[in-house]
Order: sequence, then structure tokens, then C-alpha cells
Amino acid sequence: MITRRDGKTILTTPVSREDLEGLHVGDQFYLTGSLTAGRDMVHYRVTEEGRPLPVEIRNCALLHAGPIARLRPDGTYEIVAMGPTTSMRMERFEYEFVKRTGVRVIVGKGAMGPHTERACREFGAIQCVFPAGSALVAATAVEKVIRAEWLDLGMPEAVWQCGVREYGPLIVAIDVRGRNWLREKKEDYLRRRDEQIPLLRKALDFMG
Amino acid sequence: MGPQAAEMRQAVAAFLALLSQRLPDDVEARLREMAAQETDPLTRTIYESMFRNQDLARTLGRPSCQDTGILQFWVKCGTRFPLMEDVEEILRQASAQASADIPLRPNCVETFDEINTGTNIGTGVPTLWWEPVPRWDGCEIYVYMAGGGCALPAYATALMPGEGYGGIADFVLRRMTDFGVNACPPLLVGVGVAATAETAAVLSKKALMRPIGSHSETPRAAEMERLLEDSINAIGFGPQGLGGKRSVMGVHVEHSARHPAALGAAVSVGCWSHRRGHLRFQRDLSCEILSHKGVALL
Repeated sequence: MITRRDGKTILTTPVSREDLEGLHVGDQFYLTGSLTAGRDMVHYRVTEEGRPLPVEIRNCALLHAGPIARLRPDGTYEIVAMGPTTSMRMERFEYEFVKRTGVRVIVGKGAMGPHTERACREFGAIQCVFPAGSALVAATAVEKVIRAEWLDLGMPEAVWQCGVREYGPLIVAIDVRGRNWLREKKEDYLRRRDEQIPLLRKALDFMG
Repeated sequence: MGPQAAEMRQAVAAFLALLSQRLPDDVEARLREMAAQETDPLTRTIYESMFRNQDLARTLGRPSCQDTGILQFWVKCGTRFPLMEDVEEILRQASAQASADIPLRPNCVETFDEINTGTNIGTGVPTLWWEPVPRWDGCEIYVYMAGGGCALPAYATALMPGEGYGGIADFVLRRMTDFGVNACPPLLVGVGVAATAETAAVLSKKALMRPIGSHSETPRAAEMERLLEDSINAIGFGPQGLGGKRSVMGVHVEHSARHPAALGAAVSVGCWSHRRGHLRFQRDLSCEILSHKGVALL
């Protein structure tokens, strides 16, 4: 479900393809509902080893992150800090991961590539970025840890299913049409880099 | 461990807690200056979330970033510092203590066994670089929380001298667009120019310990710092790689002499959350924090 309040766009899980069609690359929004942290090893287990993810994330959100979590005396976990990690590491797994889990919103850091674009287009999902390094802006939006699974992988690599309220800002990087904003930006950066290199080579001629 | 060593361990552990929560003064000031120059609403939103995050870290007393890194210590130890023999053990124990108390994220994975030790202590971790200072009785320590994301742009090599300084600039710019964009910019970039790949690599890391706004005393190295900074800014990836007028907090070049037939060169990178601290102990273990003014250790 998508709503607007106090000038904020809020996406609440469960999310449908139709909910996401109004979101375009560069748009900002906030997420309320189910957000599950899982990164390299979680993707590996699901896509390479074919193991079912131990929590249900269909129509919900996935976060590429390895949090700091603290076990409370009552046996529940508290998320201490939880910023996103580099999403490109998960790129090679993401098409298969979205296909198998039905996850609808992918959150992380930085650009992803053609596998994720294809997944977004075919399965009606989006990829977004959260401002990296702002781990407490993220952690304070976590209302509770619903389930912690695959703890044998170690704290950063485990599955952390969280209930979040207005988690964000999230910025749409790949939309449901498969348009990849950060890839377009990268092309601009590469072009400008290639303009700079010959200038630097000329200016730094210290050998003579 | 004697009472004096325990006192120093306690001070370092307390400093690690502070450092996990608070950026050094020079980094904070540079980020505020850079944020003020941005006009694009998205870029401003990013900076706002960064500053709000740092405020939360202070209020909640928590690490500002979940990646509290591999702990690295650059130790300039006086050869007459009374605890010189114990410094390594003190820093290892302080790291383990801080990891449990703060808590820091367990980030130490033994290679080949591929097992996380859970304590931030392992083979060769925390990293220690030693620089003995003859006939001094104090000890200066740079502490760095080396996150994983900003470790990826790093690169070290030995170029043929014909490639020249332009050849170094070439790979530095390529590393920025290939990896720097995702390494939590705005970045601090350290460049080492030396005899071999590994001497250059160490200098490129040492360059990240220098205060932001400082310049090389070697005129051509300072010129290279300025040119690289302008060029990386011109690429325009900005905070979070989403675009902006400035992409780096600074470029620092450190150098040594080289072999006639080889130009060792390396680049290391720090993210915007550049948790670099600087402490100085006197022989009586009185301790001064040089990187963060107006704070006391608990």
C-alpha cells in the first residue's frame, strides 16, 4: 500500500506490483512493515544451495545489511546499528533470489546490474538505496526484530526479519520498468573521468 | 598485566567507544563545509541524514555505523615509554574489551578457516604499525576503524617509471569510478608514491591519518593532491554516488624515494564516516586526545 503523509511517500508492506508502478527512479520514500536483512551468505544459501529462506518475505522488503544486534535479557534482539552494505556483491544472485522469494523491495547501497534490472522488470520489484553510514537513522526506525535465523553464519551474515516504521529516506535506483538510474549516472561518471585523465597526465609530467 | 598496563588498556577501550560514536573534528568540519555548498535537494537530503545519524550516535551512545571495521593502530612509540613491551598486548585486549562492551560488530574472519572469531581479535588483527621514536618516553597512537566498503577501492602496484605520475593519477581515477562510488563518499583519498608496491601501500594508508586540510610539504606532491582532488570532484559522483559538486574530503599524498627502474604507487580510501582518532600518552600515562577537542574519556 502506498500513502502520502506530511509530504512523505510511505510504502507499507505487503506491496504489490501496482503499488510500485507510480514510483520512478530518483523518487524518495519511506518504508513501513516487514524488512529482512540478508546479504552474501543468505543469497548463496538460497540461490546456490537451494535452501528455502527461513522467513517469509514475499511482497515485503529485503535489506542488504549486516547489523549490530544485541541480545536482551528476555531473549529478544535489539538492532543497535544497521546501515546498508554494497549491493553489487549480491547482483549475481539477485534474479534468482527475487524469483524464489517473491521479495518486492530491495534496499542496499549503490548500483546493481542487469540481473536485478531483469528481476525488477519480470517480477515487479524495485531496488533502492538508503544513505549508507547512517546506521542509526536506520536502527531507530526498527520497532522490533521479528525473527533472527541462520545465526550460524555469524551476526553480519544472518537473517534478521525486522518490523520497521517509516524507514528511510529510500531512493529508487531501479524501478519496475527495469530502468537503472545509477547505471545511467555511472556512464556520466565514466565519461567525465575519461575527460580528466589526459588533463592529469599532462599536468603531472614531473619525470623530465 | 600490571596496573599501569590495565590503566592504558582502559583508556584505549574508552577511546574506541568514543571513536565509534563521534567523528574527529576535522572530518565533521569538512563535511559541514561541503554540505553547505550543495543545492540539489537529494544531495541535501543525504547530508541531512548523515548529520542526523551522528547526532543519534551521541544521544544514544551507540556506534554511528554498523561496520565498526577492523581495528588498526599506528603506534609512534618512544623507545623510553615504560610500557613499550606491553603495548601490543594492551591494544589487543583493549580491542576485545571494546568489542564486547560497546558493542562493536565482530568483523574478524580468520582466512582459510573462514570463521568469524567473534571477538575482533585474530591472526594479525588488530593491525599494528610500529614507528619507534628514539629517546622519547611517550607514545602516540592513531586509531582507525577500517570498514569493509571503503577497503575495496584500494590498489597497489609498481609502475614502469615511464608511466610517470600521470600513470598513478590514471589508476587512482579508475579506482574511484569502479569502486569509490560505492565506498560511502565523500571520500578521503590517500596516495602513496614509493619504491615498491607494499611501501607505497603503507604510505597511502598513513596518508589517511593526516588531518583533513593538511598538504604535503613537497611542492609537486602538494600540486598532485590539488589536481587529483579537483579531477575527482569533476567526475561528480558526490555523496553516496548519487551526484554532487564535491566527491572527496581531500586527497593526501605521502611519498618516499624509489628505485630507478620502478615507481611504486598505491591508493587507499576512507569513507565519509572516517573514524580516525589520535591519542598521546605521556610516561605517567596521562592521555591527551588530539583528534576530538573538548571530550574526556570515561
